[in-house]
Amino acid sequence: MTKLLQWLLALALLGVAWIALTLEPLPPPWPQLVWPLPTYLLVAFGCYSLATVGHRLATFNDCEAAARELQSQIQEARADLAGRGMTF
Amino acid sequence: MVAAREKYSVLLPTYNERENLPLIVWLLVRSFEQSGNNFEIIVIDDGSPDGTQEVAEQLVNIYGSDKILLRPRAKKLGLGTAYIHGMKHATGNFIIIMDADLSHHPKFIPEFIRKQKEGNFDIVSGTRYKGNGVVHGWDLKRKLISRGANFLTQVLLRPGASDLTGSFRLYKKEVLQKLMEKCVSKGYVFQMEMIVRARQLGYSIGEVPISFVDRVYGESKLGGNEIVSFLKGLLTLFATT
Repeated sequence: MTKLLQWLLALALLGVAWIALTLEPLPPPWPQLVWPLPTYLLVAFGCYSLATVGHRLATFNDCEAAARELQSQIQEARADLAGRGMTF
Repeated sequence: MVAAREKYSVLLPTYNERENLPLIVWLLVRSFEQSGNNFEIIVIDDGSPDGTQEVAEQLVNIYGSDKILLRPRAKKLGLGTAYIHGMKHATGNFIIIMDADLSHHPKFIPEFIRKQKEGNFDIVSGTRYKGNGVVHGWDLKRKLISRGANFLTQVLLRPGASDLTGSFRLYKKEVLQKLMEKCVSKGYVFQMEMIVRARQLGYSIGEVPISFVDRVYGESKLGGNEIVSFLKGLLTLFATT
């Protein structure tokens, strides 16, 4: 089964469950809660996504040390290769 | 009985890497000599006009034709076919693929090898998104795109590896051969497809955190076109795998 089908299947199951709930004659506070459920889910997922990407962006590991180390090794490599007859 | 000694073939596809090629080869040789692993470096140059091949020939003279193998092609033919071409000439039982532009440092290769042995992994993938994985040289926009794209990929494909678009990896030779037969995409998506197909085929994947220092020479490429083709590729994989 492709990832697309897995998603469609999961969404269809949730959709059916939601429709069943809305058709059920539930006592007063429940219908108002059940109706906007898909919107809640969507908003919650959006918040989760934003929070995750935002957190990872904020904690992005920017490594100056690795870049400096590379620069000094480049100098070393050039000198060594030139000593072995390499022309750049 | 003593097991046959492992040999690691590094595939270096190049196009206009005259500046970087001697440096990456020097770093590779030093890393392998320090770790004591048996190796060869296969340079697959796609007819660079800047004299990359001439530089490669000098390297063959310095390090020997058993260590540096120059296997050029007439013109630019793409990454996937470069790997197939390089693999034909590889005598190692493991293949390491990496960029020749110094964004991938050979110092991580001994860690890849250790990781591979630890779990007898079919693939070991370098990751910028785990543990001490780091990136240098990106601005905020580039970081945001990278994080966003990675998150979207993880949500849609659940691939079981944290860095799908990276191209610093070690493969068992027969595993890479099998994967090359299956993979059809190009560019960034090609690297993604390799991991996704690997999971489908039931191969095991180990991960090693790496630092990624963006191109020292030459500019890094990430334009609108790249983003569109990335999204297209992602959706294709989403619908077909």
